[in-house]
Amino acid sequence: MSILVDKSTRLVVQGITGGEGTFHTYQIIDYGTKVVAGVTPGKGGLVYNGSDQYPFKKPVPVFNTVADAVKNEGANTSVIFVPAGFAAEAIMESAEAGIKLIVAITEGIPARDMVKVYEYLQRTGARMIGPNCPGIISPGKAKVGIMPGFIHRPGTVGIISRSGTLTYEAVWQVTQLGLGQSTCIGIGGDPIIGTRFIDAMKLFKDDDGTEAVIMIGEIGGTAEEEAADYVKKYFKKPVIGFIAGRTAPPGRRMGHAGAIISGGKGTAAEKMLAMKKAGIHVVESPALIGEMVKKVLGKKVSKKKVFLISKKIKQSKIKSKKGKGKSKK
Amino acid sequence: MKIHEYQGKEILKKFGVAIPQGGVAFSVDEAVKVAQSIGGNVWVVKAQIHAGGRGKGGGVKIAKSLDEVRQLASQILGMRLITHQTGPEGKIVKRLLIEQGISIAKELYVGITLDRAKSQNVVMASTEGGVEIEKVAAETPEKILKETVNPSIGFKDFQARKLAFGLGLSGDVLKNAVKFLMLLYRAYEETDASLAEINPLVITTDGNVLALDAKMNFDDNALFRHSDILTMRDLDEEEPLEIEASKYNLNYIKLDGNVGCMVNGAGLAMATMDIIKLAGGEPANFLDVGGGANVETVSNGFKIILSDKNVKAVLINIFGGIVRCDRVANGVIEAAKQVNITLPVVVRLDGTNAIEAREILANSGLNFAVASSFEDAAKKVTQAINN
Repeated sequence: MSILVDKSTRLVVQGITGGEGTFHTYQIIDYGTKVVAGVTPGKGGLVYNGSDQYPFKKPVPVFNTVADAVKNEGANTSVIFVPAGFAAEAIMESAEAGIKLIVAITEGIPARDMVKVYEYLQRTGARMIGPNCPGIISPGKAKVGIMPGFIHRPGTVGIISRSGTLTYEAVWQVTQLGLGQSTCIGIGGDPIIGTRFIDAMKLFKDDDGTEAVIMIGEIGGTAEEEAADYVKKYFKKPVIGFIAGRTAPPGRRMGHAGAIISGGKGTAAEKMLAMKKAGIHVVESPALIGEMVKKVLGKKVSKKKVFLISKKIKQSKIKSKKGKGKSKK
Repeated sequence: MKIHEYQGKEILKKFGVAIPQGGVAFSVDEAVKVAQSIGGNVWVVKAQIHAGGRGKGGGVKIAKSLDEVRQLASQILGMRLITHQTGPEGKIVKRLLIEQGISIAKELYVGITLDRAKSQNVVMASTEGGVEIEKVAAETPEKILKETVNPSIGFKDFQARKLAFGLGLSGDVLKNAVKFLMLLYRAYEETDASLAEINPLVITTDGNVLALDAKMNFDDNALFRHSDILTMRDLDEEEPLEIEASKYNLNYIKLDGNVGCMVNGAGLAMATMDIIKLAGGEPANFLDVGGGANVETVSNGFKIILSDKNVKAVLINIFGGIVRCDRVANGVIEAAKQVNITLPVVVRLDGTNAIEAREILANSGLNFAVASSFEDAAKKVTQAINN
């Protein structure tokens, strides 16, 4: 199993004819995601085949509005590659059209715009992932984002992360150890995001296909502390955690708009302490994320052996052995 | 983006927010002229640097005659002002703000910023003005009053009144404070500020409410719609290497260590700094060359890192996702040749075509240490420093 995206995902790409939109749609289709529509205002009626450099495997009908894409193609998920100045509008258009999952890849949307978007989304009931994020992937089922598909493999580890390449790093570690992922969500590096750690945790809690969750945080804000509190109270599956930015000086924005220690709040030390107190397996080194997952899952399997009807685990173990052999080649 | 106090006050004035009379001075003569034009017999001479804690550091003084203005201006202009926010090297004062002396009845605090936990703006007020608000927040959080702003209705009068009554104000002072808060919020909102902090907000002995200090920061992502604010950028307040890096569109922050690092992606860049430290080294910088690292970005990255004379070794950590590692490897080799690098360089490439990439690097004939893992990279680079 997985959360949020799977074989039933019918994707509409907003900004499909732009450079980024074209390249990533090409990759998304290649991964096997159902891309049912694209939206570029003024280009409705076009059947888009991608560019010469990035030809789509399958043509995508383009519409002027998201509402048309929903009406004609039954789109239920959108991904946004619209430039920062127009992205807030694009998100709201999606929500208004009845899309329930909106994945905003765009980086650099002003906070003032996002405050309004966030408020609007509360009323429509749409879920947003991002902005300024790599997107979401359920390996083997659907990819809605810009992450490299091949580093993932189907499995039982859920991943939630504020960053892009650091997530890939963690995914890769898990994959190379012969394990796999149920769903990986890049929640984004901005101060205002649609889905926080705690929201993603709630979804993983009810997902039978997820046995453990990796949580990769960063300095800035208090979202990791909130999630740690939730884990302590309600989350029974093992959680592995890492916080980036222990060496970051206060008051400096470390790339992501949200990664800033301000007023002495949001330090890595505070976050790691809160996570440890919540029983999260915190790793000090980003190189040890994968190993810790393996250790924790190994323990869990042996401890609860008696109680588990563990077909699923056995299967994943067999798969992982195969996978190991493959990666060595 | 940060600006100076006097610039913040210029912006506030445009929105009708009450501030003391004053003006900026770049020289001692100008300082005296500004004081003369203000009139009166008490002036405040304030050093303009981006860091806080200026008063304690000796950068804010009161003058009771024009001669004293001249004397204090010459003393403060050019001084190396050291505060808890500047670091031990301090900042050279190049600009002064000369203001009328104010007869203060009460010092309060007002601040507006984004409450990330609520995804809404919050207006904060406290009777504990003039002191470090972080301290108040930590020790007596009940002394900070808060009103969150619903974006669909905006900041309302009743909220400003709640805050003003909460501060114990009444009569005309209350009315003035409500007006002040409403205008301040408008300035914050319309300029895409990320912080508008007035500490202290003062009530004068004649019942006026004034911003005695003003600290405004702006959302970098929104500067594209504020060309007027962009012109307020003071390059003297920024690290020269960071200015240089921003010309190449590189995200660089200088730190104090000796291991230069170049990484793709902000999160991975922070994690790389962390792992260097864990291995016993000290990172010299944060540098995110962006998702796709190519010859141009890598060679510009090298130039920036090598301009920092403290750097003794360089660690390149690239996770090749959609960009293939073999391409990155060729880019690194090309860039290293272009900038003629002599320091030890440890390269760690992982992801797509990583094995091919390691071979390319190993056979390049250049002095690269090729790391097999994230951890190995950190170890190799700290070893290189210690040798």
